[in-house]
Amino acid sequence: MSDYNFAYLDEQTKRMIRRALLKAIAVPGYQVPFASREMPMPYGWGTGGVQVTASTLVPEDVLKVIDQGADDTTNAVSIRRFFEVTAGVETTTEVPVATLIQTRHRVPETPLTEGQIIVYQVPIPEPLRFLEPRETETRKMHSLGEYGLMHVKLYEDIARHGEIATTYAYPARVSSGYVMDPSPIPKFDNPKLDHSPAIQLFGAGREQRIYALPPWTSVQSLDFEDHPFDPSRADGECALCGSKDSYLDEVITDDAGGRMFICSDTDYCARRSEGAA
Amino acid sequence: MNPILEVSGITRRYGDRIGCADISFDLYPGEVMGIVGESGSGKSTLLNCLAGELIPDAGRILFDSRAEGVCDLLDLSEMQRRVLSRIELAFVHQNPRDGLRMGVSAGGNVGERLMGVGQRHYGNIREQALSWLERVEIPADRIDDRPSQFSGGMQQRLQIARNLVTSPRLVFMDEPTGGLDVSVQARLLDLLRGLVREMGLSAIVVTHDLAVVRLLADRILVMKSGQVVESGLTDQVLDDPHHPYTQLLVASVLQA
Ligand SMILES: Nc1ncnc2c1ncn2[C@@H]1O[C@H](COP(=O)(O)OP(=O)(O)OP(=O)(O)O)[C@@H](O)[C@H]1O
Ligand SMILES: [Mg+2]
Repeated sequence: MSDYNFAYLDEQTKRMIRRALLKAIAVPGYQVPFASREMPMPYGWGTGGVQVTASTLVPEDVLKVIDQGADDTTNAVSIRRFFEVTAGVETTTEVPVATLIQTRHRVPETPLTEGQIIVYQVPIPEPLRFLEPRETETRKMHSLGEYGLMHVKLYEDIARHGEIATTYAYPARVSSGYVMDPSPIPKFDNPKLDHSPAIQLFGAGREQRIYALPPWTSVQSLDFEDHPFDPSRADGECALCGSKDSYLDEVITDDAGGRMFICSDTDYCARRSEGAA
Repeated sequence: MNPILEVSGITRRYGDRIGCADISFDLYPGEVMGIVGESGSGKSTLLNCLAGELIPDAGRILFDSRAEGVCDLLDLSEMQRRVLSRIELAFVHQNPRDGLRMGVSAGGNVGERLMGVGQRHYGNIREQALSWLERVEIPADRIDDRPSQFSGGMQQRLQIARNLVTSPRLVFMDEPTGGLDVSVQARLLDLLRGLVREMGLSAIVVTHDLAVVRLLADRILVMKSGQVVESGLTDQVLDDPHHPYTQLLVASVLQA
């Protein structure tokens, strides 16, 4: 046992965050303000996600932490370790075993199931920020459903690049009417948010905002009739497991510029390789 | 014919100071009303009250809207008000920076209102933007440039295109030719006059330039110290001013 309260945060803070989470689930896609606490890690390292995880975690949980799809990157390892020490929960790399998954930049390839919770780390929760820096104004735009500006951004993309060039943090409209930033996941992952059986929670630490999607919520990526949303990824297959459907990372293999593509989702890739073996 | 706008008793104070007091007038469809007066006479205060940018302390503003019929703009919820502002009303600012998105291309600026009312076909939006750029004499090949790369006159013409693209019923303009060179002003005025006629727009134009009123406005209100001191048909008021203040205004222009 450690000297920390379970999962580091004191119970009062957790209650405050849980209230924000309940409100967020009740109004899907709406950004609920919360009083973000100092965490023993710098902003930009997932303090929002960590606080949401800490407030949601129970001793029976099995936790998985991923960063860019991998369980073994520094950020993922240190957050996992943080909860092993402060909460003493069991951890895993396997999606089907996990009950709570904290993630940065990816949604697992393995479909989530009912009863699971996924927590996204969010740097900038406001999808309108790029076009309208005034918070008073963006809040009004959300409450009035004035999202023409979001399409202006997509229009600018097509005008400049011939296609919608937004590939990460691709904005989506939730069934409630709110437009949300799905966090900096690749647009390839956007369809996984739609009608997911899992509870999806989004935590932005520096910006002090929480938003959420209850299970089975409709999440539609914004687009134009003549430029429909296209989640496709570059052609290629994983050099390790041979997957043609997963999101791939490009890896430089030698100084001569040799490179290969491998699954960004390490758990998916490993279990496919094992299954094939 | 019913008025498109019936303004009665509009009053707005700034603390003890009077911005405008007890202003009433009717505006008919297709009519352009000029508001003139010296600096500080309350022109912008009145215009901003009418356009919903300022809340008056007293008064009524009945607007004959396409969607809702006659309604008091001051009784609408903010939601209704903003919807109306996107579709039936438009506001051309003196400084194009206040009315344009400087970080968005010319095409995006013109297209915004279309997307705001739910248009979702890129090709159609772009076509309408192109046709509007042509109408305001901005070369088609500038459609993807940002307004920051435009001259002051072009910026102002872009702001006009951006506002008129959804065919509003009523346009508010505050010194639309304000910070421009005289030759550029003349061209812009010509353009505005053409558009107002073609589209049958109703408009309220604030200016302290009597030449602008003469060219654009069917009727004028002359304001002084927050009050209307004289009103009527533009030519009548300017050719035969009754109030000493209007006489002074007209005389000072003639001398200049
Ligand atoms: N925000 C404000 N706070 C206090 N007083 C104001 C404010 N805005 C305007 N006023 C005052 O209200 C009066 C009317 O001002 P307004 O800006 O409406 O005049 P205007 O006719 O538009 O002048 P200009 O031709 O210089 O633009 C002036 O006495 C002005 O000083
Ligand atoms: Mg003024």
